[in-house]
Amino acid sequence: MSENYFQKKNLSTFDKILNFDLLLLFLIFSLGIISLFAMYSSERGEFSYHTQSHLYRFGSFFFLFIIISFFRIEHIFKSAYIFYISILLLLFAVDSFGIVASGSKRWINLFFINLQPSELMKISLIVFLARYYYKIPSQNVSSIKYTIIPFLSFLIPAYLVAKQPDLGTAVLIAISGLIVIWLTGFRIKYFLYTFIVLICLVPVGISFLKPYQKSRILTFLNPERDPLGAGYQIIQSKIAVGSGGILGKGFLQGSQSYLDYLPEKHTDFIFTLFSEEFGFIGSVVLLLIYALIIYRIMKIGNESRNNFSRLYCFGFAAAFFVYVAVNMLMVLGLLPIVGAPLPIMSYGGSSMLSIMVGLGIAMSCKVHSKEELT
Amino acid sequence: MREFSETFQNKSKLISRRMFILSVLKLSVFVSIISRLFYLQISENIKYRSLSDSNRFREWKLIPERGVIEDFFGNKIADNSQSFQLHMIPEDVQDIETLFFRLSKIIDFDQRQRRRIIKRLKKRKRWEPIIISDNLTWGEFSRLNLFLHEMQGIKPVVALARKYATDGSSSHITGYVSDTSIKDLENSELLREINVPGLKTGKSGLEKTFNELMIGKPGIQRFEVNAYGKRIKELELVKGIKGKNYRTTLDQELQKFTSEQLGEKSGAVVVMDIYTGDVVTLVSSPTFDPNKFVHGISQKDWEDLISNKKKPLINKALAGLYPPGSTIKPIVAFSALENDVVSTKKIVECRGKTKLYGETYHCWKEKGHGFMNMRSAIKQSCDVYFYEISRRLGIDRLSVTAKDFGLGKSVLESFNEEKSGLIPNTKWKIKNIGTGWVLGETLISGIGQGYLQSTPIQLCLMMAQLANGGYEIKPRIIDDKYKLQETINAWREEFAFKNDKLSIGSKKIKKLFQNQENIKFVLDALYGATNEPMGTSYRSRLLKSEFVYAGKTGTSQIRKITAEERELKLKNKDLPYEKRDHALFVAFAPYKKPRYAISVVIEHGGSGSSGAAPIAKRVIKKVLERHKLRKKYQLDLFQEV
Repeated sequence: MSENYFQKKNLSTFDKILNFDLLLLFLIFSLGIISLFAMYSSERGEFSYHTQSHLYRFGSFFFLFIIISFFRIEHIFKSAYIFYISILLLLFAVDSFGIVASGSKRWINLFFINLQPSELMKISLIVFLARYYYKIPSQNVSSIKYTIIPFLSFLIPAYLVAKQPDLGTAVLIAISGLIVIWLTGFRIKYFLYTFIVLICLVPVGISFLKPYQKSRILTFLNPERDPLGAGYQIIQSKIAVGSGGILGKGFLQGSQSYLDYLPEKHTDFIFTLFSEEFGFIGSVVLLLIYALIIYRIMKIGNESRNNFSRLYCFGFAAAFFVYVAVNMLMVLGLLPIVGAPLPIMSYGGSSMLSIMVGLGIAMSCKVHSKEELT
Repeated sequence: MREFSETFQNKSKLISRRMFILSVLKLSVFVSIISRLFYLQISENIKYRSLSDSNRFREWKLIPERGVIEDFFGNKIADNSQSFQLHMIPEDVQDIETLFFRLSKIIDFDQRQRRRIIKRLKKRKRWEPIIISDNLTWGEFSRLNLFLHEMQGIKPVVALARKYATDGSSSHITGYVSDTSIKDLENSELLREINVPGLKTGKSGLEKTFNELMIGKPGIQRFEVNAYGKRIKELELVKGIKGKNYRTTLDQELQKFTSEQLGEKSGAVVVMDIYTGDVVTLVSSPTFDPNKFVHGISQKDWEDLISNKKKPLINKALAGLYPPGSTIKPIVAFSALENDVVSTKKIVECRGKTKLYGETYHCWKEKGHGFMNMRSAIKQSCDVYFYEISRRLGIDRLSVTAKDFGLGKSVLESFNEEKSGLIPNTKWKIKNIGTGWVLGETLISGIGQGYLQSTPIQLCLMMAQLANGGYEIKPRIIDDKYKLQETINAWREEFAFKNDKLSIGSKKIKKLFQNQENIKFVLDALYGATNEPMGTSYRSRLLKSEFVYAGKTGTSQIRKITAEERELKLKNKDLPYEKRDHALFVAFAPYKKPRYAISVVIEHGGSGSSGAAPIAKRVIKKVLERHKLRKKYQLDLFQEV
């Protein structure tokens, strides 16, 4: 046991490289390449600002992803609380002296980068919860004593993010928190109770919503309510996707995006652009890449020896799935427009950073899968 | 340690179980995304593709070229010519105030125009061109091109605009075009359908009557546009179809000549081919410049036109109503002969006046004409003689003949503004005035006064139908080659019948007489009126044999002459303009082989012999001189005669 432990502790760099999940690496890399093509198309085939900075970001964050993969899982485990608390502090800092852009206070100036801590919170929350539940036996999970901290851990950031206001990210944070809590064995009936309470709170919640958020929900229920205003995005997005057909209009041929009918085409609606140009086949291929990434992360979790890695990987895979699903369902008109980026594909530094860090930790779990924690 | 390990195992199992549930959920969500993609991209693809296309493509209509109006010889009286326009693309302009300041130095661009454009700018998109001026002079246009490089956002454009003959002699026939108004759109479905900005619409005359056919079909420019409406690239250009051209029966040279003869006088002249019914000349005076309307008439010009007492905008030849006066006497005489009321030998003594039921009816010649027979009564225009025969004839029989010869109903189909005039009868009076007809009214109707109202073109038609031997003709102003041929053939048949007594004559030509001798008698009397001493238009006769014509003067009173005025022997010259008599003259020429009829009306022109006949004389001469040329363009009527 101790011999084994000793052996595992001193993996050489070469061993670590051998332990890499090469398929996952390949999938992430191809997704990055696809995202660059999409970004290039969103700028009408010019290698311009967005494409350039997307390339630099993907390059440097991919490098960061590799670096994190080499971190021993024990280090990550030990620094989990610090990681979470520092991001939480940053969220508080955003609340008091963040940068205001287009009506919401989401960014903080860290001198070298304008960071969106809400994005990083998505990952740090999962790390935090995986760390928190590591030592709690499953029969105790549902007791009040062990319930307060996990719930506060996602409610506080979700509240802070919703206040920015950024409802989409707040919901995503809350969902990832709830999924991890549920995975640890939290009783389903409590979820049901919470769900009922939430339903009852909906009318109260609506009164707290900003007018534009209300209008988004109403528009989702009936996009033709205001075709040139709030419903415009959904309608144009559906037209773009629908007009793509089986094979799509071809690379750089997407008229909806090329002629600016498509809103936010380089961020939230990048999938629409991709789907218009590459059609049903292309969209399914992209969806398969995402599905495979999720599958590989789950596989890593399944093969891990320690519950921290398992919980983290399952939680992260679920969260990753939620990001992809929410974005796609949103642009396809099945969910209200809440402002949720598509992992790696969408333009945005903080989102990419948080996803790559998350993937890095997952890869570290793979590299150090034999490792056990003390 | 073992316990811990067991817990670990339990926990691990629990997590895996829940993981499995979650995976099923994930899978089903992915499947629903794929089915949604399938629905949008495959099942509903056609719908969304057409929605995407209707997003992308936008059409712009191009103003079609308007059909032109020509005279009989193909000279254009309403043409399209190059117009120099200045367009501005607001988004390309750096500083609009500077640009306007510079423009005001180069072209005619004042504060009023500046305000108008700034007002229009607010309603438009920044990339849509706006027309700053649509009628620059060549000088302005070339100066503009010289300084073009210094001013961004403006574009000189050469376009087509309506151009009318500058002398204005045909203004009343062509009418004019101007910007399409909301009222025009309400009235015309076609205009609503075409709806091209900047399209001009006919407002009067032929331009109005044939507006919809002259507009043509607009061309279409199809562009790919972006979400903000900006044109990205041109995809298709469908050329428009030019509107229909119209050739009229007019002689522009004669129009010009006649207009010059009328000068500033207020009145109208109509000349007509007595066989084909072609309106050779139709001039209303004073005239106006229709070109002023094309680019929007200025307030001052408009006020000048509508405040002018001579009413230049009204086509007096068609819409001016005048009592026919003595010009109706040939019809009265003819009607009396046809109805066997009197014979040509009937003698009436004129003592300058006659009495009926205590009312005195004066002759224009105070001393009286003495003993008159019918020929001399027409020749000298004796009122007393016509009082007598109209009394015997009665208004109802007179009105039938007058209507047969074209009075009291509109003549041409092509003008909305044409008036029908009025030939009264007993029924009409009861119906419209409510009282019975009195005999005195028959007397004054017999000299063309009272209720009678006629237009110059009606008088001309009346003369023409007498001059051609008493046949009905259908006047026309739009030249239709096929119809002209048909008419001429019909006349040939008719003449062949008369000469050879072989065929039965043309059924196409309706006779207006019972006995043609009566027509010949009237025409002979008219010869006397012009060519014999004592005749009313003797002083205006033409001596050259081929120009000799015959005509009847008329002086229509526009007020009742009181007894005191008669005592004072007021002359027209001494009266204020508005109270002077209208001068009328109808004639046909040449006398021996008649071909043209003419009517001249000069408002407040005094007597027919001094006010109207001299103008008619000059026009007749010119018409006959131009006949040779006109003959070349149609089959000769008398070829086989």
